[in-house]
Amino acid sequence: MDVAFYTNQLIPALNRGLGMSLMLIIPSATGGLFFGIIIGTLRSIGHPLVRKLTNSYAILFRGTPLVVQLFVLYFGLPNLGIYLSPYAAAVIGFMLCSSAYHSEYIRGGLLSIKKGQLLAAQALGFSTVKTMVYIVIPQAIRKALPGCGNEIIYLIKYSSLAYIITCIELTGEGKIIATKYFRFTEVFLVIGLYYLILVTLTTFGLKKLEKKLYIPGFGHHH
Amino acid sequence: MEPIPILQVEQVSKNLGGKKILKSVSLNLNKGDLKVLIGPSGGGKSTLLQCINYLIPPDSGHIVLEGQTVSTHNKQQLFEFRQQVGMIFQDFNLFDHLNALDNVTIALRKVKKMNKTDAKQLAMIELEKVGVGDKANLYPAQLSGGQKQRVSIARALAMDPKVMLLDEPTSALDPELIGEVLAVIRNLSQGGMTMLMATHQIGFIKSLADEIVFMQEGEIIERGRPNELLSPDSGTRTADFCSKLNDLNGEVV
Repeated sequence: MDVAFYTNQLIPALNRGLGMSLMLIIPSATGGLFFGIIIGTLRSIGHPLVRKLTNSYAILFRGTPLVVQLFVLYFGLPNLGIYLSPYAAAVIGFMLCSSAYHSEYIRGGLLSIKKGQLLAAQALGFSTVKTMVYIVIPQAIRKALPGCGNEIIYLIKYSSLAYIITCIELTGEGKIIATKYFRFTEVFLVIGLYYLILVTLTTFGLKKLEKKLYIPGFGHHH
Repeated sequence: MEPIPILQVEQVSKNLGGKKILKSVSLNLNKGDLKVLIGPSGGGKSTLLQCINYLIPPDSGHIVLEGQTVSTHNKQQLFEFRQQVGMIFQDFNLFDHLNALDNVTIALRKVKKMNKTDAKQLAMIELEKVGVGDKANLYPAQLSGGQKQRVSIARALAMDPKVMLLDEPTSALDPELIGEVLAVIRNLSQGGMTMLMATHQIGFIKSLADEIVFMQEGEIIERGRPNELLSPDSGTRTADFCSKLNDLNGEVV
């Protein structure tokens, strides 16, 4: 085996790419979840007009390929005088796409909450906003967590699309090396291994979080 | 002179889906009263209770608490009014994500803005009072129906309500659990709590109710003391209804 190729070329490049991937994934995942919660809430209980708008948003971003969304952000917006760096375009694109999916899981979680609890909260003097914040959303998040976790795992993998708009992350760095040395199979196998490790660690973290948030009567743990 | 009632329900009407659920219902509760709503299901008992604290806004009529007409225009006032009216539901409606203790503290902290330590202390007192102090750290899914209902009573009591509205608090319970909940309500009544309660527990009504209010098709048809309305030869609609209930339950009037 050509150890020098790995230690001198491939691994340093992939590690650099991994750093960029993490810089893409972490804000996209947290921002996507944050906006997903807001959008999912608005889609469930917002004013009818707000509901229509947020539903349209979800249809648009769940209904079009992420690559198209990234192209529009990076190559399309300059036509309107808006110039985004490749990194900014990628993070914004991932966030928008991810929050559309998160909103669907959150919406499901919200709709599954028994209406009687809302009456009980109202009867105790909770305002609508307080009922949402203290009673409904904490339960919706727990019910949505497995789905949202799944979405974050998808995000880790679709973050590889960033290199298409010239934000060179893990896959991008690997592809450059692969092309340069014409060693596609082994390079992409190693890239795959990187993603597998990332996803495994994330899955482990999500399991921990689920356990931490676990409440008897919620979810499927025992 | 008649005492000023704590709670006055004045000509409350409600239509839902084109059907008249409440037809100008009026009743008063004086301090320490335990009044009982009975009657066939669909007669408007639940709707009346939920109209009193505006969970269902009445179409017309007023609710007056301690001489003050409740205004629905100001949301803040409505929220403050609701804090003074405890409500107990048939299905308990505990918050599933909170343990028994936090079910009680959450409104104290987030609505009444009490600090954490005080809220916890008060909540423990109320949980002890209804006999579930040892269940403080358990979640609703880990409690029996009777325990859940007692936690929900503690949750309402902690808000220090002036009136309690109880909507068939034992109807969703297994027969062997009804007694523990009724015992709590009996203690409350004997402690001077003012209560309006929909229930079909005839034995309980006979021994404790100050007045029976019989509702049918959105109207109060009969009202009076239990011994007047329930005696078998009174010929009242209430006595007839209750004897049918007793036949079902195998009790002897």
